Amino acid sequence: MTERFTKAAARNIFYGGSLFFFATFVTMTALSHNYIVNTSTDKKGLTEAVVRGKHVWEKNSCINCHTLLGEGAYFAPELGNVWLRYGGDKDPEGAVMALKGWMAAQPSGIEGRRQMPQFNLSEKEVEDLAAFLEWTSRINTQNWPPKLSG
Amino acid sequence: MKYESQKVALYYFAAAMGLFGVQILVGLLAGTVYVLPNTLSELLPFNIIRMIHTNALIVWLLIGFFGAAYYLIPEEAETELHSPKLALIQLGLFVFGALAAVVGYVFRIHEGREFLEQPLWIKAAIVVVALMFLYNVTLTVLKGRRTVITNILLVGMWGIAIFFLFSFYNPGNLALDKMYWWYVVHLWVEGVWELVLASILAFLMIKMTGVDREVVEKWLYAMVGLALFSGILGTGHHYYWIGTPGYWQWIGSLFSTLEVAPFFTMVVFAFLMVWKSGRRHPNKAAMLWSLGCAVFAFFGAGLWGFLHTLAPINYYTHGTQVTAAHGHLAFYGAYAMINLAIITYAMPYLRGRAPYNQTLNIWSFWLMSGGMAFMTFALTAAGIVQTHLQRVMGLGYMEVQEQIAMFYWLRLGGGVAVGIGVVVYLYAIFGPAREERPVAVAGGLQAAE
Repeated sequence: MTERFTKAAARNIFYGGSLFFFATFVTMTALSHNYIVNTSTDKKGLTEAVVRGKHVWEKNSCINCHTLLGEGAYFAPELGNVWLRYGGDKDPEGAVMALKGWMAAQPSGIEGRRQMPQFNLSEKEVEDLAAFLEWTSRINTQNWPPKLSG
Repeated sequence: MKYESQKVALYYFAAAMGLFGVQILVGLLAGTVYVLPNTLSELLPFNIIRMIHTNALIVWLLIGFFGAAYYLIPEEAETELHSPKLALIQLGLFVFGALAAVVGYVFRIHEGREFLEQPLWIKAAIVVVALMFLYNVTLTVLKGRRTVITNILLVGMWGIAIFFLFSFYNPGNLALDKMYWWYVVHLWVEGVWELVLASILAFLMIKMTGVDREVVEKWLYAMVGLALFSGILGTGHHYYWIGTPGYWQWIGSLFSTLEVAPFFTMVVFAFLMVWKSGRRHPNKAAMLWSLGCAVFAFFGAGLWGFLHTLAPINYYTHGTQVTAAHGHLAFYGAYAMINLAIITYAMPYLRGRAPYNQTLNIWSFWLMSGGMAFMTFALTAAGIVQTHLQRVMGLGYMEVQEQIAMFYWLRLGGGVAVGIGVVVYLYAIFGPAREERPVAVAGGLQAAE
């Protein structure tokens, strides 16, 4: 590095530049916040059941096996669009029934197959979870994932 | 070791290494569950195993950073720590919190967002611990000599504490939750943690190569400048598919591509300093870890990040084993290795012995690094096959997993090599110290510290 490029100049560029980029980032996240709340997610549909369902999701740490919108562990299927895989967009009641059946049947105990724990969810908890997954499946994700398989 | 209070670093390093051991053991268990899925499936399901694996990693790296700071700040500031006692109380609290969290996890006591599973009271305790640390080191720096290394290190550590506060915000709207979750996760590991990494690396280079501080400090500004200029807006590469606006695909792609630059600069910096100095520091193992850190961070965080960061590619690879490959090599190269480097460098001084067990330590370097590289290749191959079958062909998730089962066996093999490497490393660091070439070492120590 040349002599003319002084340490003071390097310092000013670092602090000034970082502040600039951080301010830009915060501004853009504020805009995105607005976009999420009003455009890409269903504001009216964000019911208490959906929020309770999110809590069920968190309380049982589903994210440490599954992914949700591609984030999480990679040990079990993507669930951001599981509502669609269960056909919930066409037959919501059937999808909830299927989910109840699935949750009750775990763990499968099949040798050589990944095991999902038995979380002992109440009927209401599974319904809330379904509401959460249904709401999540309608987030505008720029058409991700590419296939229904998640 | 010039200052008595640097000694607290020894306890930090010991605690960090203990949790490192836990992380690797539990990681081996997780790798085993991938190939033999019925392992402990009722007693300790995979979600709990992974929670412990990732949390232990984060906590040991942080404890290592704290230890590194307590070691290098007195030397940089040329004064004793403000309060060594407070530093030890801080460590005690942190280790207690970490162990309480792990035990709690086993009994299913946790919150539910990835990496932020700590119960609320432990999150609060983490903030208290961070404040104790910041108070202690900031006062130390203020009363002593101010250097660029301590300044950047402090900015990084303050950043860690400040961005952690976002972990207390958990809105009911999942998309909002995810957006602010990255304020902790991304702005840590692709932001302020890089400041800590670069400043520790700069300290090691000054000490081991003896290159003029002025030169090193300019490089340090260049590295951290590039890190934040690219990394802050680089957060955009997490905002492609979570309900955020489409323009993030452009911003994220552009700036996260530039995230390779700081890591490339680190490689050039480290090798140039060593080449310029022409000195041979007696602690060859520490030098190897330092240079290895720059190289592996470049590959793991830089190249493996770039591999899937462009939005059109990420559309297909997002959330596959490609991500897992990148995550493993990036954390190892950038953050595990810088800790192992400073520990290898500092331990002879902390224990009052000349560099020792060099051969073993160097062996552990190649075992761990070779194992991690192998694991990364295996997971990358798994990820590419998975991407094609699942995201292009549209096959079901579990069906695809059966197709890539072999790669998980290979990954476990890599993990076993890492595990052996860790055992060798711990023995080299904490085991009985064998003095090697005592005369040459004594001479070397005076030439370059």
